[in-house]
Amino acid sequence: MRNTRRSQKIAFFFLFLATLLIVIPVGLIVVIIFQKGLPAINWQFLSDMPRQGMRAGGIYPAIIGTLYLVLGAIVFALPIGLLAAIYLSEYAKDNLLNRIIKLAIVNLSGVPSVVYGLFGLALFVVFLKFGASILSGSLTLGIMILPIIITTSREALESVPQSFREVSLSLGASKWQTIRHIVLPNAIPGVLTGTILGLGRAAGETAPILFTVAAFYLPQLPKSIFDQAMALPYHLYVISTQVPNVDEKVRYGTALVLLTLVLFMNLVAIIIRYNFRKKKKW
Amino acid sequence: MVKFSVKDLNIWFGQIQALKNVSLGIEANEILSIIGPSNSGKTSFLRMLNRLNDLSPGFKTKGSLELDQEDIKKIDVEDLRKRVGMVFALPLPLPLSIFDNIAYGIKMHGLKSRAKISAIVERALKQAYLWDEVKDRLNVSAFKLSGGQQQRLCIARTLAVEPEVILFDEPCSGLDPISTAKVEEAMLKLKKDYTIVLVTNNVKQAARVGDRTAFFLSGELVELDRTEKIFTAPGDQRTDGYIRGKFG
Repeated sequence: MRNTRRSQKIAFFFLFLATLLIVIPVGLIVVIIFQKGLPAINWQFLSDMPRQGMRAGGIYPAIIGTLYLVLGAIVFALPIGLLAAIYLSEYAKDNLLNRIIKLAIVNLSGVPSVVYGLFGLALFVVFLKFGASILSGSLTLGIMILPIIITTSREALESVPQSFREVSLSLGASKWQTIRHIVLPNAIPGVLTGTILGLGRAAGETAPILFTVAAFYLPQLPKSIFDQAMALPYHLYVISTQVPNVDEKVRYGTALVLLTLVLFMNLVAIIIRYNFRKKKKW
Repeated sequence: MVKFSVKDLNIWFGQIQALKNVSLGIEANEILSIIGPSNSGKTSFLRMLNRLNDLSPGFKTKGSLELDQEDIKKIDVEDLRKRVGMVFALPLPLPLSIFDNIAYGIKMHGLKSRAKISAIVERALKQAYLWDEVKDRLNVSAFKLSGGQQQRLCIARTLAVEPEVILFDEPCSGLDPISTAKVEEAMLKLKKDYTIVLVTNNVKQAARVGDRTAFFLSGELVELDRTEKIFTAPGDQRTDGYIRGKFG
C-alpha cells in the first residue's frame, strides 16, 4: 500500500519535471524577447522603411513580405492538401502503393527546410523561370507545409465516425455527397489545426526563402508576385550576422514582431476553430 | 408477392465466412424477424440487402440476391438504397438539426422545394410518432433528443425517403421498454405500406411483431417459418434450444 503511493509520487514528480523542462525554456525565450524587444517597438518601427543600412528606421517591408509569403503558401497548399487528404482517406484503397504514398507524405514533413529551399530554387526559380520572387517563395513554402496539412487533414477526416458515413449512404446519398455534406463539415476544425501549424512554420522558416525570394535589403514594397521581397526571418538573420553594429533592441524588436505575427495568425485560426467546435453537435 | 429472393448466398469478410448457402424469400408487406446468437450472420445478411457490406474491407460474395426479380448488383447502388432503407442498432442521428436529419435524404436526391420538403418532414415525423414531441423545436440539434426519440427520428429519416423495404438492425437494443413498445407499434403500423426485415436479439420482440421468423446460426439459415410455428412447434432442435434460452 505504502509502496504504491510512493511510486505514484515518484511518477508524478518525473512527469511534472518533464513538463517543467519544456515550459521553462519556452517561457524564458518569450520573456527575454519581450524584455529586450519591447523598447524598439513603436509606430515608426512597424511602418517605416529600413534606413542607414538597416541600423535604423523600420521593418515594414519585411512584415509585408512575410504576410504575402504566408498568404501565398496557404492559398497554394490548403486546397491541394485538403483535396489530397480527401482522396487518401476516402477514396484510396488500402494497398501497398497507397500505404507507401501515405508513409512518404508523413516522412516529407521531416525533410530539412533547406532541402525544400534548394528544390524551390531548382524548380521554380530556375526551371520554371519565376526568378527569385514572391511566387517562387510562396510555392516553396507551400510545398514545405503540404505534408503537415495533408497529414492533419487526413486525421481529421478519419476521425469523423464511420457510422455517419454509413447512415448517409444508407439514405441513398452518393459517396461524394456524403463527403461534402457530412464528413467535410465535421473535419473542418481538424483541418484548421493543420493550417495553424503550417502557417506558423511558413512564417518562421528562413532556409526555403533564402534562395527563392528573400531580398537582403529592399527599401520598397513588392509590386507584383514576380518581385523579390524582404521577409522577417531572413531580415533577422541579416541584421544579426551580416550587418555590423545593429542595435540589440532592433534585433529583438524584429524577433518580437515575428513572434507576435505568428501568435496572432494562430489566434485567428484558433478562434475560427473554436467557433466551428461550438457548432459541433455530437 | 416476393420482394427479395435470395439463393445460395455466401459471403466472406477476408478469410471468415459470414454466411453459408442461405436461401430464402421475403414477401412484400410482411415483417420478417431474424433471430440468432451473436456472430450468427444475421446483421451481415441484413447489410447484404442494401449493399452496405460493400464498404467492409475484404468483402466477397457468391450466390444470387434479387429485388423484384432484378439482380441487386445491376441496380444503381444509390437507387437500391433509396428503395431499401435502414435503421441501425444504435440511434445514429447525423450531426444536424432534427429537421435537417429528416430532410437529408430527399435533399440529397435533389428535392429543392422548401414547401415540399417541410411537408415530407412533417409526414415522416408523424408516421414515426415523433411529431408531437418535436414540432416546436425542429431546428434543435438531433443530439438533444432522448435515446428513444433519436431512434424514432432515425425511423422517420428512413421513411422520408419513401423506401419499399425497411431494414431494422436490432433497433431497440439500446432502448428502455416504453421506447421499445413505441418503436414496435410504429413497425406494426408500417407493414401496411412497407416490407420490413427485423434483426433482433430479443426473441420476445420477434414473437410480438414478426409475421415469419428466421433462425440463423453460425452463418446458416436453420429454419424459417410462421412466427407462431417457430415459437410453438419449431422444426429444429437448435431453434427450440435458442428460443428457450438454452444457448446463445
